[in-house]
Order: sequence, then C-alpha cells, then structure tokens
Amino acid sequence: MKDVKCECGHVNPHGTVLCEACGKILDEQETNKQLLDMRYEGSARRSQTYNKTMIDKVWNFFSSVKVGVWLIVITLIASIIGTILPQKMYIDLPPEVYYEQEYGTFGKLYYQLGFDNLYGSWWYLLLIALIGVSLVICSLDRVIPLYKALKAQRVTRHEGFLKRQRVFGVTQNADKSDLAILKQHLVQKHYHVREENGNLLAEKGRFSRWGPYVNHVGLIIVLFGGMLRFVPGMYVNENLWIREGETALVPETGEQFYLHNNQFILQHYDKNKNKKFEKALAKAGNVVKNYQSNVVLYKRTGEKIPGEKPKLEKVKEYKVRVNHPLTFEGYSVYQSSFRSEMNAMRFALTNKKTNQSYGELKINLREPKEKYDLGNGYSVEILNYFPDFEFGKDGEPTTKSRVPNNPAFVFRMYSPEKPKGETSFVAIRQTIEPFGNNTYKMAFRGIETKNVSGFVVRKDSSLWLVILGGILFMIGVVQGAYWNHRRIWVQNKNGEIWIAAHTNKNWYGLKRELEKVLEETNINMPEDQLQREETDKEGV
Amino acid sequence: MKKRRLIIRTVILTILVAAVAYTLYANFMQDHKQKVAVGDQAPDFVLTDMQGTKHRLSDYKGQGVFLNFWGTWCPPCKKEMPYINNQYHQFKDQGVQVLAVDIQESELAVNQFAAHYKLDFPIMIDTNKEVMTTYGVDQLPATFLIDKSGKVVKYHTGEMTENDVREFMEKIKP
Repeated sequence: MKDVKCECGHVNPHGTVLCEACGKILDEQETNKQLLDMRYEGSARRSQTYNKTMIDKVWNFFSSVKVGVWLIVITLIASIIGTILPQKMYIDLPPEVYYEQEYGTFGKLYYQLGFDNLYGSWWYLLLIALIGVSLVICSLDRVIPLYKALKAQRVTRHEGFLKRQRVFGVTQNADKSDLAILKQHLVQKHYHVREENGNLLAEKGRFSRWGPYVNHVGLIIVLFGGMLRFVPGMYVNENLWIREGETALVPETGEQFYLHNNQFILQHYDKNKNKKFEKALAKAGNVVKNYQSNVVLYKRTGEKIPGEKPKLEKVKEYKVRVNHPLTFEGYSVYQSSFRSEMNAMRFALTNKKTNQSYGELKINLREPKEKYDLGNGYSVEILNYFPDFEFGKDGEPTTKSRVPNNPAFVFRMYSPEKPKGETSFVAIRQTIEPFGNNTYKMAFRGIETKNVSGFVVRKDSSLWLVILGGILFMIGVVQGAYWNHRRIWVQNKNGEIWIAAHTNKNWYGLKRELEKVLEETNINMPEDQLQREETDKEGV
Repeated sequence: MKKRRLIIRTVILTILVAAVAYTLYANFMQDHKQKVAVGDQAPDFVLTDMQGTKHRLSDYKGQGVFLNFWGTWCPPCKKEMPYINNQYHQFKDQGVQVLAVDIQESELAVNQFAAHYKLDFPIMIDTNKEVMTTYGVDQLPATFLIDKSGKVVKYHTGEMTENDVREFMEKIKP
C-alpha cells in the first residue's frame, strides 16, 4: 500500500490511475485504451483500494453507487406498495378487521406483512436512513479525491494523457503569434488561463463539478430535518376539540397555553346576494363560505398541578378561519372541523288529560341537576340519567358512553295531586310508565345544540431546515446542469503544438468554442477521436 | 495515514449509526409511549371529591395510593367498584388510600352511581381530562398502584377481580 511517485515528481495515493499532476497513466491496463476514462480524473477512490478492517468493509459497501441505486429502487417499490391500499391512519375500523373485510385475502396479507403503516414502519425508516448513509459515504469517497486531483493538476501534461483525450490535434508549424492570439481568445471566452514553459491550461466552470455534491448535502439536510421531527418538541400535529364557551388546554405546549372558544360560525353563500352564481348555487345546494371560530388565547401564569384551576392571562383574541391560523410561539392553530352536539333538552310537566302545562324545565345534558322545582307544589326529580341510552343485555336501561348522543331519563314527577310522585322513563320518541298510568307526563319541548370547533395544533421547527435543504438541492442541480467544466490544453511537444480538450458534458459546445478560439490562427482544429472511431466502425 | 483514515471512517460511521439508531428508537417510542411508567414518580394532582374535600396526591406520602380511573358507563368499572369498596374497608386502617377519578361525567351520574353501589372511598371528577392526560390513560378502567414514597409500583388496565384488588392493596401497604 505505497504511494506512487510519478516521473514528473508528484506523489500520488495508491490506486491512482492518472497522475494527479501531469496525467501520466499509472495503471498499466489503461495504456491499452484509445481514450482515457476521465471520471473522477482517474483519481484513487480509496474505497476501491483499502479493504482491511471491518470498518473499511462497511465503508466500501456503502461507497458503491450500485448499492445506493438498489437501496433507492427497493425504497421506491416499497413506497409504491404503500399506495395500493389506504394506510392505517386513514381508516375508521380497527386494521385487523378493516383490511380483510374490504379487500379479502389480499387485504389480510397486506395487513399481516405490515404494509398498513408502511411509511412509519421501522424497516421503511431504515431504508431511508441507509440511503442517507450511502449518500454521505459515496459523496465523501468521490469528492475528496476529485478535489485533490483537480487542485494538484499542473499545466504541463504527459503526452500519453493528451493523446488519449477525446478532442485532440497536432499542428506542425505554428507561429508564436498564433499562441498569443489563442491565449487572448481564451481569456475573452472567460477561461482561466495558466501558463508554464510556453504551455497553456485554460479552464472554466470547475465549480460545476461540485454541483452533485452540493445537491447531496441538500438531500442530507432534508433527511436530517426529517429525523428532527422525532425529537420531542420539534414537531406537533394534534387535534383539539373545544365546545363553544369552554376553555381547553392546547396540547404539547407544556401546559402553557389555553384556548377559549367564544363562538363557532358557519356561513353559506346566499343565492339572493350572489345573483351571478344563482344557478350554480341552486344546483350545488348549500355552499359553505366560511368556517370560523372566534377564540381567545390565554397563557398560564404561575405554577399549576393537574386538576387545579389555572391562573390565566389573556394573550390575544383571534378569528380562526380556514387558512388563517392563530399563531403563537411557533404554534399554529388551524380551523379544521366542527360538529354540533346536543347541549340541553327542554320538557314541560303536563297534565295528560287537560294538556295543561305546569312549568318548563331545561336540562343541561353535561351537568343535569338532581331536582327542578317548578313552583306551586310541582317539581321534577331525575332518578336516573343515561346520556347515551341503550337497553343492556339484562334488559335494563344503560348508557354506552358519557357523550350525550341519545339522552334518556327516569323522572319522578311531583304534583299537588300526587305528592309521592309518579315515575316515568323518557327517551327520545319513547315514554314508558313502569308503574301504570300516570296523571302527568314530561312533554318534550325541544333540543338545544352547541357547536364544537375542531382545531389542528401544529408546530414544525424542522421546516426551515427542510427548506434550506431544498434550496441547496436546487442550487446543486442548477450548478451541475447549466455549467460545464471545460479544459483546453495547448502544449509544446517536440516543436509541435498539441491541443487536447476535455469537458464533463456538452462536447458539441466545447468543439464550437474551440473553433471560435482557433479563428485567426493557423492552428488546426483538433479532432473528436470518439467520432472518428465511430465513423471508422461504420466504414467497416 | 492508514491509522488516520481508520479513525475518520470510524467516527463518521459512528455518527451515522447513532443518528439512524436514535431515529428508529424515537419512532418506536412514539408507538409505545407510556407517560407514567412503573418506577416513575407519580405526577402530583389536585381534585375535589363529591363531598367537597380537596385531595392532593402528595399529601398521601407515607401511605399507599390505589389510583383508579373509571366511568359510570363502563361495564368492567361497574363490576370492580364494589370489590374496591370491600377491600377499601379492609385496608383503609392499614394505610392504603383509594382515589377514584371519574373522567368527564356529570355530578348527577357519579353521585347516583356511588349511591347505587354504596361506595365510601373518595370519588372525584376529572372535568377536563387533565389528570387522565397527565397519566396517559386512554382506556378505562385503569389503575395505578403508588407506594408510600410516591413511586408507581404497577399499572393495570382492564377489569380486576376482588382477588386482584386485594393483592394490589397488599403490595402498596406501607
């Protein structure tokens, strides 16, 4: 594993194909070729040469572009599979039921293989992470030798190097003045010209060689930003439901912020006010114009333990509308949904025969009272309350949950005629009198509803990093795509003028530029050796 | 040279592996997060019971606390509440306190439930689910066993038999 000293005196790392300084071919195999492989300047890609320790072996594995491409292909295939059926977070039923029920055996298999949460699965994350690792190592392994080789290159180049360039030509008797003109033209074309013993190296656009690496740095930053989302506090995406008139803790704010919902507003387009769209509105029915929640943001002052009433300080009032979130300290509260909930029921204590009412009562379904006094000896007691009523397995009335979806009551009605009271079971559209015929009934008078605003609380502290990565990515693409790295060697060899040229892309452009540069001189236009080869073959 | 190369490669690979390992770990923890785990100090809270007495968890230092989250509508709760009540009578003089936290229900429902099952231990309502959120409870019933130093000894979800309740209380007896 020794370094290689070239005859020009430059010391190259082991594995170098072309001397970094003069371009002499150091690898025997390469001398048999008509043209040089100029990728990475024939520099020594370390990974290809050192293979001693475990670390080297791992390094070399990831250094392979082939491995990188395979990782990308596998990730792509996995991503495609994830789009075949809906992912877990978009379904309402438990996944073990849903997939088989909706998609049969295929669905069951899909679930069993863990594709129901593909993009959050450990192996998918691992694939992405391995692409990241491959990206870092591939780039490092190429950019450093390339940088070194380009930095070490000398003006004077080895004959073998020049001869094997794709664009190459020899001019027998050129004038000194021709060289001066040529140099002047090159400078006009914005070439950076270096001179050494009457030899020229004109170079431009070297920075375009860094394009892919800038692009990769951008990609790695994006991946790093994605990783930051897993750091607690960096990324928040939570739902928050608040009833009108209530205050709730904003989740993931460290119990710091509270939001009070004053009112939810739903507005529709009015057919009569929007004459122009009358027909369209008639056809489409109700079209929503605005979803809005009028909220007040509070901040907690002082310490607080859970269960205690917080001391709050008003921060600001805001009208949260779609696309107009309430923002504070990196958090955004978006209007995302709403629902209407039963809030209160009204009944009238009524004589069944005369239909005369002896007073009305309003029952708050979240906090019903035990007793409602209607005056004049009339009162109603709630013996039992079932917010989400159903008949249980034993036939007894029971409640499914605490949410008042289907309220039912067992009332005891007291009146001067029945001072001991009468019992009545009342549910929506249903009345049962368990102990025979009652004199009084609870006549249903109406339902009051309350709106509940649905918010999404979002915070993404990694966003700026992702944007930065995206910008770098694009800069890298532009840098590598819109500029080319062109080099023209003009060298004195045995009294002849040798011209060789190389570009990393757009050979046509290079040749055209050469034609322009060689105008007004007697120097021959060099030949494209690759094209000649091809015409030779075609001739045969 | 060779040594330096090895060191640089090792450092870079270590950083990459650490980043990948952290991401996978964080992703795993997101799926399996338990806010209050066994061995943790039980977070303090204050709630007022149906008789108007304030109960602060930290006031029960030196006693075992049987912290039960429940709802009047949940069928397993209906079954286990009488058991808890029986065992409460056995253990209350031995330094075990029962705190039953109802989640977001009306006073009427809770009072009627307590009267129906003749429950004697302190029952309190967590009106805006603050304590429930702090403890990371998502399914009822859920029981935390807290020892005399305020540490969580056990977390149990789902229904308990009377035997379970007795064993649990025995565990946290100071």
